[in-house]
Amino acid sequence: MLFHAILFYTFAAILVGAALGVIFSRNPVHGVMFLVLAFFQSAMLWLLAEAEFLAIVLVLVYVGAVMVLFLFVVMMLDINIERAGDGYTRYWQLGIGIAGLMVFELIQIVLMRGRGADSGNGFAATPEGYSNTEALGAVLYTEHVYAFEIAAVILLLAIIAAITLTMRKRPGLKQQDISAQVAVRAADRIRVVKMDSERPDAGSES
Amino acid sequence: MKALLPDFVLNIWMSVWGWLPPLMQYLVETTFWILVVMITVILAVAFTTYFERKVIGYMQGRIGPNRVGPLGLGQPFADVIKLLIKEVIVPGKSNRFLFIIAPLLTLIPALATWAVIPLTDTFVIADINAGLLYVLSLTSVGVYGVILAGWATNSKYALLGAMRSAAQIVAYEIAMGFALVGVLMAGGSLNLGVITEAQSGGFSSWFVWPLLPLFFVYLISGVAETNRAPFDVAEGESEIVAGFHVEYSGVAFALFFLGEYANIILISALTSILFLGGYNSFFEGWTFLGEGHFLREPALLWLIIKICFFIFVFFWLRATFPRYRYDQIMRLGWKVFIPVTIVWIVVEGVMAWMQVGPWRNLAG
Repeated sequence: MLFHAILFYTFAAILVGAALGVIFSRNPVHGVMFLVLAFFQSAMLWLLAEAEFLAIVLVLVYVGAVMVLFLFVVMMLDINIERAGDGYTRYWQLGIGIAGLMVFELIQIVLMRGRGADSGNGFAATPEGYSNTEALGAVLYTEHVYAFEIAAVILLLAIIAAITLTMRKRPGLKQQDISAQVAVRAADRIRVVKMDSERPDAGSES
Repeated sequence: MKALLPDFVLNIWMSVWGWLPPLMQYLVETTFWILVVMITVILAVAFTTYFERKVIGYMQGRIGPNRVGPLGLGQPFADVIKLLIKEVIVPGKSNRFLFIIAPLLTLIPALATWAVIPLTDTFVIADINAGLLYVLSLTSVGVYGVILAGWATNSKYALLGAMRSAAQIVAYEIAMGFALVGVLMAGGSLNLGVITEAQSGGFSSWFVWPLLPLFFVYLISGVAETNRAPFDVAEGESEIVAGFHVEYSGVAFALFFLGEYANIILISALTSILFLGGYNSFFEGWTFLGEGHFLREPALLWLIIKICFFIFVFFWLRATFPRYRYDQIMRLGWKVFIPVTIVWIVVEGVMAWMQVGPWRNLAG
């Protein structure tokens, strides 16, 4: 148990440090990398809580896909690093307000646990041969199948909306017709002509 | 063991071992096996470079390296020593920290994935339930090394290479993921050991037959994912010099190289395990050999033979095909592979549901 506690506090400390790094790093690419580190650390915390499916999916979806696209966009930005800090002084009241609200909520949750509203004392021991993934799938595709499908359709809608909003057809656009390119055969492009040699004795030369 | 060590050394070792708490014993044992697998993989990488140069040499009517040691077998070590004693040049306007850690970020995921690979029917470092997901998530993390290397170098060519590589890896990862969905449907588990066990029973029960389209999609996506020819536009030496690693030299370059070849071996191993039955024998179905014949037993040797075959396929492709045009790569990934995998998953699901074909026993 002590070993678990040591691991938990190590991961939690790195997580908090990485989260602070996201806020305070001047360079946006460094910020993105700190966020990746924070995702990894929270995945580790979930692993400690024996939620291995969620932990690995967190790494797969957020680190492997979302943050790659994020990094992609941030890399392309041309930010003047000296001027990027100006926002701090302009929006500090708003920032402190939001931070205060979040701290208040967290304290409420901790207090509620203290009053015994939630069992909260660790997790129920999992039976032998229990598979996180199977348990999640069994609930997701039976009890919550409508919520799951609706979420999927909303995501699809968002994709289509994003593409429709940014797609514009310009006149005179030149495009390659890939299927025509793939369908091309050698006979369409070159013609092999049989002709007699010009000189009568040319046959033996190469 | 007895022959190698004097008795008193063995006694001291045994008493120290018994005195350690179980947690420490576990940690020491796991670390030992991790080191064994890592060193084997790194040595395999060294000889894979030699293998590649020989294969491509013979395919192009040359002999390949034959100067260092017998048959040129010392060539990889000569290369390593050359790269180690070269200076690592860090460009002046680059981002120093990210420039240095980028090669490590490509290498580490490729090595860490070996933790869940079942090498024999009894040996795997970490026998975790979500093994297949772990593999998928770690291979998707490998792209950071390439992107960061391209950005941190602060050079046009490197940035172009990184962008190409990122777009390509993101595109082919989806097809790879869908191919894995097919495998996990057939195997009924995310655990790589269980998936291999599901393919026991001989040549005909390997997943490559019922999942043939997914097998090809996975293999080709693997080639694209590792940025190998004919999908090596990220390096594209004729257009963007060397892509993302244009400014790397010495050990930093060697790490990129190591990562690339470790990824090749990894993709070969995964293809063997997911589609060709992993450590299961080729001859398992040959009942006339008799019960318990050594050719029918599962062993590490079968896995190694399969891995070597796929590594050879990687080099064969490189020696055969010219480089793809970039828009054709994107088209192949998004418009060909992803629809093929989705259709095959639907086919597999419907067949399992209707209780036909090889998945008759699946819908339980």
